[in-house]
Amino acid sequence: MATKTDLDVGYVAKLARLNLSDEETRLFQKQLADVLKYAEKLSKVDVSHVEAAAHAVPMFNVFREDEPCDWLTAEEALSNAPHKANQLFLVTKVVE
Amino acid sequence: MSRSDLPALTIADLQSLLRRKEVSPREVLESLRARIESVEPKIDAYLSIDFKAALKEAEKANVDLPLGGVPIAVKDIINVAGQPCTCGSKILGNYRSPYDATVIEKLRAAGAIPFGKTNMDEFAMGSSTENSSIKVTRNPWDLSRVPGGSSGGSAAAVAADTAIAGIGTDTGGSIRQPASLCGIVGLKPSYGRVSRFGLTAFASSLDQVGPLTKTVRDAAMIMSAMAGHDRHDSTSLPDPVPDYTKNLGRDLKGIKLGVPKEYRVEGIDPRVSSAVNAAIKQLESLGAEIVHLSLPHTDHGIAVYYFLATAEASANLARFDGVRYGHHAKDPKDLLDHYGRTREQGFGAEVKRRIILGTYVLSSGYYDAYYIRAQKVRELIRGDFVKAFEKVDAIVSPTSPVPAFKLGERTADPLAMYLADIFTATGNLAGICGISVPCGFAKVNGSQLPIGLQILAKSLNEARIFQIAHAYEQSTDWHKQRPKL
Repeated sequence: MATKTDLDVGYVAKLARLNLSDEETRLFQKQLADVLKYAEKLSKVDVSHVEAAAHAVPMFNVFREDEPCDWLTAEEALSNAPHKANQLFLVTKVVE
Repeated sequence: MSRSDLPALTIADLQSLLRRKEVSPREVLESLRARIESVEPKIDAYLSIDFKAALKEAEKANVDLPLGGVPIAVKDIINVAGQPCTCGSKILGNYRSPYDATVIEKLRAAGAIPFGKTNMDEFAMGSSTENSSIKVTRNPWDLSRVPGGSSGGSAAAVAADTAIAGIGTDTGGSIRQPASLCGIVGLKPSYGRVSRFGLTAFASSLDQVGPLTKTVRDAAMIMSAMAGHDRHDSTSLPDPVPDYTKNLGRDLKGIKLGVPKEYRVEGIDPRVSSAVNAAIKQLESLGAEIVHLSLPHTDHGIAVYYFLATAEASANLARFDGVRYGHHAKDPKDLLDHYGRTREQGFGAEVKRRIILGTYVLSSGYYDAYYIRAQKVRELIRGDFVKAFEKVDAIVSPTSPVPAFKLGERTADPLAMYLADIFTATGNLAGICGISVPCGFAKVNGSQLPIGLQILAKSLNEARIFQIAHAYEQSTDWHKQRPKL
């Protein structure tokens, strides 16, 4: 690869539970290498005195009263389900 | 006034006709339907329209409410009860929203009628609306060009007078940039100002919902109805919502406007520079004082944005697994096969690319080098703005470095597309508010392409932005020009 990044698109796609075609894998490998190369400049910024922030507004531990209210019925919540039974979502078998 | 002129009206003008009973909400909708039937085939701004439901709303509309009887187009990433919500993606299949987003509830409570859902880049990822998996939307000013994105459908509909006003979302410029490219007004509110409950999340530390309108006043009217705290969104701010129309008409004496030297970058179209420079002179002649200043970390904005936005997107988009709604792969042999193929079939190329990048920057061994470092540089970018706003009331710049580009021109080069956001993405990273207002046109091969002026102000200073943008707008006639369709 052209840059020193060791991005392995095939491996990351497995982590992301996302199948890619060989062609997509090759294309993304090249395109994302360009993006990572562009972003290399971040490694030169002095951040030794900076604390990481999750977002721009200092807001932490937001609480509210736990008040019951009307909300979606089970039928409404299941209205878009591809597979359902007994008011439950059906999932592909997970245990052998 | 002829009925066929109604779709071209602003909310404010339409409202006075409605209140004087010169037209009824039903007539407004009917005129909009006729306009859409004649113009929409050229623009393709809408993904779904439900006139039947809208007409029912119109029959009982109370025109004395702040937005009473005003039809509104909604970006198809915001849930409207009973309507599809595709997010511009195939992965949502035939999904229909079981509930209204809080912004839709609030707009309805103010009397507005959401009647149609507009096209967008898939999951709001893009700057041209070409990443929609459903259709291509065209710029009303030149049908061979993009409307901008990701809220390109709402922007094109408002510019083409197939909507009175629209709602969009802005994560890195997705309201302001299409507003600029389509010659209309678009506001990205401060982070936390508008509830995101019912908005499909892309990048949760950056996303905001905002208006796309024909005038600054219309944007202020929508914001007055839409902003405010929501118990369903823990990131929404408790601060009271002012009447945003109150400051409109105040002059600019004593207002200080910052011009950052870092915004004079390579690659900016000379016609954009000269229109924006003329706008700055105009603001000065209206009484504003121009202050030259520096935002030293500007150059890192796009890199930080693409690490943080993709990291957050990779986590947010994990919910599209084909279990509770949307597309699902046929006959999976096990759960991994179910996930892998459902997502392969459902997501388009740009979404896949960003999921890969986001998963990578969050993965073990790279998290500190990429994600945490990007968060730290984000703090430096935010600090630049905090310092700047100690000296000035607002910052002015181009919204987009270029006018509308040709369809297909940038799709092969993701990085070139990402750079469309250089003037807008830092505003999202800093959590501040920003608007784009029309400030001129570029003549390109016989087409008139709109140019936008961006005005940024510190968090929760929307009223100030509206005051400045309105004063500028009223001293020009850019906003009165309409594309010939």
